[in-house]
Amino acid sequence: MGLREYVIRRVFQLILTLWTLVTLLFILFRMVPGDPTSRFVMDYPSDAERQARIEELGLNEPLYIQYIEYMGQLLQGEFGDSAHYRQPVSEIIFPLFLNTIVLMFTALIIAYTVGILFGAAMGWFRGSRFERVGIIATLVARASPEFWIGIILVWIFVFQLGLFPRSGIGGYGGELTMNFVDRYINFDFLRHLILPALTGAIVYLATPALLMRNTMLEVLKADFVEIKQAEGLPERTVLYKHAARNSILPLVTVAAIATGAAMGGSVIIETVFNWPGVGREMVASVSRNDYPVAMAAFLLMGTSVIVMNFVADILYLYLDPRVKYE
Amino acid sequence: MSHDTTTEGTDTASEGADTISRRRLRWERRLAALRNWAGILKADRLGQIGIAILAFFLFVGIFARPITVEFGSAWFQIQPFSLAPHESSARVADESLAPPSREHPLGTTSLGRDVYSQVIIGTRVTLIVGTIAAFMAVFIGANVGIISAYYGGWTEDILMRITDVVYGVPFLPFAIALVFILGASLVNVIAAIVLILWRGTARVVRSQVLSHKQRPYVESARAIGASDFRIMYVQIMPNVLPLITLYAAFAVAWAVIAEASLSFLGLGPPGMISWGEIIYDARSAGALREAWWWVFPAGVCIMLFVMSVFFIGRSLEKVVNPDLRHTQ
Repeated sequence: MGLREYVIRRVFQLILTLWTLVTLLFILFRMVPGDPTSRFVMDYPSDAERQARIEELGLNEPLYIQYIEYMGQLLQGEFGDSAHYRQPVSEIIFPLFLNTIVLMFTALIIAYTVGILFGAAMGWFRGSRFERVGIIATLVARASPEFWIGIILVWIFVFQLGLFPRSGIGGYGGELTMNFVDRYINFDFLRHLILPALTGAIVYLATPALLMRNTMLEVLKADFVEIKQAEGLPERTVLYKHAARNSILPLVTVAAIATGAAMGGSVIIETVFNWPGVGREMVASVSRNDYPVAMAAFLLMGTSVIVMNFVADILYLYLDPRVKYE
Repeated sequence: MSHDTTTEGTDTASEGADTISRRRLRWERRLAALRNWAGILKADRLGQIGIAILAFFLFVGIFARPITVEFGSAWFQIQPFSLAPHESSARVADESLAPPSREHPLGTTSLGRDVYSQVIIGTRVTLIVGTIAAFMAVFIGANVGIISAYYGGWTEDILMRITDVVYGVPFLPFAIALVFILGASLVNVIAAIVLILWRGTARVVRSQVLSHKQRPYVESARAIGASDFRIMYVQIMPNVLPLITLYAAFAVAWAVIAEASLSFLGLGPPGMISWGEIIYDARSAGALREAWWWVFPAGVCIMLFVMSVFFIGRSLEKVVNPDLRHTQ
């Protein structure tokens, strides 16, 4: 199979997976025991008004018609209306999604920079005390759920040292309407960003660190490392310029997959720090039975996972010519 | 096999002896594998620590409170010991949020409950969810992997497309939605975890079985006329078992973290205190700042438990991949 054919097949698979996710979501949110309309249409003063609302939303139609309408809406980028906010879901959810992306990107960039450098050093100094302590430290970080790391950080930096704000995103309440620059490029935002981003960074650090160490061990067996050492280059140059560069390849795809997973894994961090993102919004809207918002949040997180998995596969193809198309 | 015997009687007798010796051979092979791991473990300090911590939690979980079995009106106490001095929801102190004292080693909650007892009893949910969810997930995953790799064709296509879709589902959001919609209960929490967690095992086992399928021993088994079922589960499976065990260890870790996270969001099994729920309670009571004794023990327990599983997993990894043995 040629490259082009593989990519086309992979694109079809992507579409199929997305469609399945959307359908799964539809089924999931209609599995609710009891009267499903009560979950979508909440308190209305009179029965007649409630009935009108149900008909307006098409909830009295048979399921397959609802399904077709739901798919049609999604294709137009519409998620319906939120009962809680009394406005279209898309207007609420996209600014929140942007908050999540900003938070998780910061966390991932820290995690992958530190993780790669740290992992490379662990591979280089194999068998040393540094490596053994490093591995234990990464495993301990990995063994802690996000909320536990978050709580420890809050306890140290907020309760004991008082350095950072406890929660939120800063701004003056009107944060959702401000434009990108006003919202994210200011000192107050940075102060709010540090702790949640650090929590994410600690959680996501283990994967690149351990993987980098393992590939380093492979690369260090290669002849060119010995040659570079024989050339009399300083150890640091050989480590980071030659050995580490050649170990980074497998990490690119892992980073892509981790980015997708992070969008879905932000739920806990956002809850701990009251970060107004899709994850926290999903938990909140599910518990207040605002299902259109919950579905949209879930869909955004699922789509990021699927799309980033796809990106990882394609990246892998272009980066490593030795790959055979399956 | 001995075919040089002349009479029928001795032939069946020797065949009987043959099957016995073959069974013994198989057991010896299993024992050797176990001894192999024990040998590795002897040099692996982290693995030893992991097993010690896990054994400790197992002990605490079993003896946390007496276990009674009821038959109608009759009941039997199968385990009479009780490490926890109080019931998890019993109000034992008039003073709420009391710091640790001799009477309450880990202080009390805002409702005057004994934190020490809660932490001990919370071990049980972790053990139950960790073992059951991980076992089920790995059972499903291993079967999907073996069947799809062995049969190939459309069976493989369908099973692997399903696996791909599951890979597209974000773990925690899915678990939250499912538990919320179906209601918080032990069964639903485990179901939500299992429905996602099997995917990793399925992919890895499949790729391993694909390589085993090509090997001569499978071909010769087929030539003798062994059934598909026999080839899959008697011939191939023992060879991928170390890998499956490794994934089971990691599955325990992920299941425990997922359960703790769900409980932290208040979606844990109701009526059963768990470590995640202790922290949820402390957080909803707004006591994170003052009551460190309420929050920290549970968090440390989650961390230690998952850590012990990781440590054991690392030593199992050396069994699966002998290359790792020399690298610490």
